[in-house]
Amino acid sequence: MDPQRWKQEVLKKYPSKVAKKREKSIMVHEGADNIKPIQANVRTIPGIITQRGCTYAGCKGVVLGPTRDIVNLVHGPIGCSFYAWLTRRNQTLPPTPDSPNYMMYSFSTDMQDSNIVFGGEIKLKQACREAFELFKPKAIGIFSTCPVGLIGDDVHAVAREMKEELGINIFGFSCEGYKGVSQSAGHHIANNALVKHVIGLTDKAVEGKYKINMLGEYNIGGDAFELERILDKCGISLNSSFSGNSTMEQFERAHMADLNVVMCHRSINYVAEMMEKKYGIPWFKVNFIGAEASAKSLRKIADYFGDQDLKNRVEEVIAEELAIVKKSIDEIKPRTDGKMAMLFVGGSRAHHYQELFNELGMSTLSAGYEFGHRDDYEGRRVIPTITIDADSRNIEELTVEADPMKFKPRKTEEELKALEALDFNGYDGMLAEMAKGTLIIDDLSHYEMEKLIEIYHPDVFCAGIKEKYCVQKMGIPLKQLHSYDYGGPYAGFEGAVNFYKDIDMIVNTSIWKMIKAPWEAEPVIEAEYAA
Amino acid sequence: MEAVKSPKKTFVSTRNACKLCAPLGASVVFKGIKGCLPMIHGSQGCATYIRRYMISHFKEPVDIASSNFSEETTIFGGNRNFNTGIENIIQQYNPEVIGIASACLSETIGEDIPRLIREYRTVNASKALPVFVNASTPSYQGTHMDGFHEAVSSVVANLAECGETGTHINIFPGFVSPADLRHLKDILTDFGLDYVLFPDYSDSLDNPHWKEYQIIPEGGTAVSEIKRTGTAKASLEFGYILNLGGINSRITESKAAFTAAQWLEKNRSVIRCKLGMPIGINETDRFFKQLEELSGKPTPNRYERQRGRLVDAYVDGHKYVFGKRAIVYGDEDMVVGLVAFLTEIGIEPVLVASGGESGILKREIERITEGKYPQMKVVSGMDFESINEMTEELKPDIFIGNSKGYYISRRLGIPLVRVGFPVHDRFGAQRLQHLGYEGTQQLFDRITNALIEYKQEHSPVGYKYI
Repeated sequence: MDPQRWKQEVLKKYPSKVAKKREKSIMVHEGADNIKPIQANVRTIPGIITQRGCTYAGCKGVVLGPTRDIVNLVHGPIGCSFYAWLTRRNQTLPPTPDSPNYMMYSFSTDMQDSNIVFGGEIKLKQACREAFELFKPKAIGIFSTCPVGLIGDDVHAVAREMKEELGINIFGFSCEGYKGVSQSAGHHIANNALVKHVIGLTDKAVEGKYKINMLGEYNIGGDAFELERILDKCGISLNSSFSGNSTMEQFERAHMADLNVVMCHRSINYVAEMMEKKYGIPWFKVNFIGAEASAKSLRKIADYFGDQDLKNRVEEVIAEELAIVKKSIDEIKPRTDGKMAMLFVGGSRAHHYQELFNELGMSTLSAGYEFGHRDDYEGRRVIPTITIDADSRNIEELTVEADPMKFKPRKTEEELKALEALDFNGYDGMLAEMAKGTLIIDDLSHYEMEKLIEIYHPDVFCAGIKEKYCVQKMGIPLKQLHSYDYGGPYAGFEGAVNFYKDIDMIVNTSIWKMIKAPWEAEPVIEAEYAA
Repeated sequence: MEAVKSPKKTFVSTRNACKLCAPLGASVVFKGIKGCLPMIHGSQGCATYIRRYMISHFKEPVDIASSNFSEETTIFGGNRNFNTGIENIIQQYNPEVIGIASACLSETIGEDIPRLIREYRTVNASKALPVFVNASTPSYQGTHMDGFHEAVSSVVANLAECGETGTHINIFPGFVSPADLRHLKDILTDFGLDYVLFPDYSDSLDNPHWKEYQIIPEGGTAVSEIKRTGTAKASLEFGYILNLGGINSRITESKAAFTAAQWLEKNRSVIRCKLGMPIGINETDRFFKQLEELSGKPTPNRYERQRGRLVDAYVDGHKYVFGKRAIVYGDEDMVVGLVAFLTEIGIEPVLVASGGESGILKREIERITEGKYPQMKVVSGMDFESINEMTEELKPDIFIGNSKGYYISRRLGIPLVRVGFPVHDRFGAQRLQHLGYEGTQQLFDRITNALIEYKQEHSPVGYKYI
């Protein structure tokens, strides 16, 4: 079906006001040289079943979740803390069995009726003291859930008071679930707090000649371990990770790195921007999803430092790793070539994972983000033209200035100019790399998902667990790109090979052939799906 | 770092909760109504989190809409969001029923959902509308089980008709697995009973692969059936605790403190038969005796044989399980049922823990165990860290409960037999059985084998025959 017609058919089902709003979030792509604006980061309409989560989820679960030595204390009724209890599958590797790791704990003030009526600050203070007494942690983060904002508990005042009393770093997040449009608001709130309360606290950098920070990498399924392996092999030192396999110390020393590389632009670009202004660290976008993309990203880093030894080493590593990758591709590609994928996930994954599918010879027919903004689709150049609505105004925009003591330009203006090709502060977005005629849908609704599958029968649909069993009931395999279906890593070179194998397994399964029972005479609809 | 810290101290914070939130329980119930689409009136994250949690247990599509509160909604009220939400649901899904659960946000600002429903109905009086049901479920009152029972009683109180008493019976099984529900239906059918089972998510949360995609999964108790609960001759209700206790919330005093069977008894004169969860021989015997009375028929041969096989298994398996020490945790009525069963097979429940706070757990456990275990600890309002801290002293051999206790059993190196909800680290949670002779048989086999496996793996000589 022609994608334009698909769009019209789908919109027909909505009440006219809803259709008018959804219309702007569904777009037939006119090609990289003719990128049209798409509506994104606007509030989901009530009653539309969405993939999106809440501000709290983005703040507590995504950005701060993977850091092992901070106690994350959830101020609110029990549900929110329970549901965010290690559900994101990010991994961590403490150096010794005795090293602090609080990631398996779900701490909550478990607010009751009386706390809603009389306020929960006293309980919150007591909970901070208990967390301190139990673990003597380096830091405590306090996360606000919906009712906290309503009843007016001042988590920031409590944090200040407790910081004073207990003598450790304690800070609060006003990340009430209703605050923003999606998780994305929570990312921003988390970024702000890291800049305000953590980054710059210690000047002791990691050892090494080429020090970088990796931003927007969350170690799902062990991705960070693979990237650590590759960087280490190249002789590049990872000063801090935001925030896969990270520690508070890494955040505190982040300003000592010489370069910030950004994986997930959506969730962490604020930190990159603020660190550049405050400490003079340049940043550029990288992508370690896909073997070729990983090679390209390593070369970018080597070019930035400009050292011939490093460049040589990086080329050696790439040659060595790609040889292994190629063997796998040669074996698997004949079985995956020409198949079709759809990706609706995240604020960067729907873009990045297209690289891996390209390597398998698979095309992306339709894609969209769950919580991306226009710049994640159209590129950062559209940022000045993005309309600020009530929801975005809700989230604090920190103004940072050059730190009088710690600001240190890493490169001169001339040097930066000479390196222009590295595209500092740039991100071209997903659309620049997608084919003409593809369907771009922001905040895909459940209903639209059903229609996509019904009409186009992709060979694989990438989303999360909420979509998984619906899609599979429709006879199409779903690859979870939030938790990787308990597989992974998929980043870097070894990760790419893992991904090829997993996709080969799911797009070539024979299970669909068994749907029809021998006693069923009538041909069934699923017969079409069976590849 | 999983070592136990400073035991024997009471905490105001909850550390690794042994309970979930109330709207989750209500959502499970709404999924057990035929043609129902649940909507959570509150923040969008509630629906998302609850969906992801139910899906990871049931491994089925679970669609729950949200009225999607924004900052503005929290100030001016959720009326507009409610109406838009309902309209969109009708347009896209055209469900027979919409089940609305409140959340912390809507409850804190005092939203009156029954009023919102009435207003919506009035404005749209000319249209054919779905049936609306609702439950008041703020997370700061009670647990997911309070939400579950609140939804069951509220739906029944809303829909049960008056009329002449029929020959059918009602059965309110509580929060059990889809496989349990299927087994109950088999039993009732084999007794030749006409029954209304509510909620019935045996299909809607455990569907086969479909010929054609169903936007609202088939299965569930039809509204017409729920209406019939009012004219039944009796209600069977599993659970001694239900939502009848309540230390920490309105549940003690408010009018909401009734169960479906209680409401029907009071308002529709339907006899209420109080039963525990039929786990173990004694509780299942009581259930079958009740069915014999209600149907006027003897227990079908099939179940007699099941009972016989179970007794046989108790005899044969006795040597593996007797004297073992268990930590049992989970929903209050589920743990009461499990303890009744463990008492029969000689496993000592050294700690019985629940995140629920009915205040009557201890009383019920003591009644069931008849003072057999003077050392046994029964603790309400428990979290997993408190359980963790008690393990040194309790020296358990086995954990019996949901997936959340895994980290403790792992630390101790002892087996965990997964029961109840949530079970998200094993495959097939929707097919785990707990109820009846058949379900007990499954539990008994699983527990015995877990203990045998432990013994075998720790045996220095590697026995093949155990």
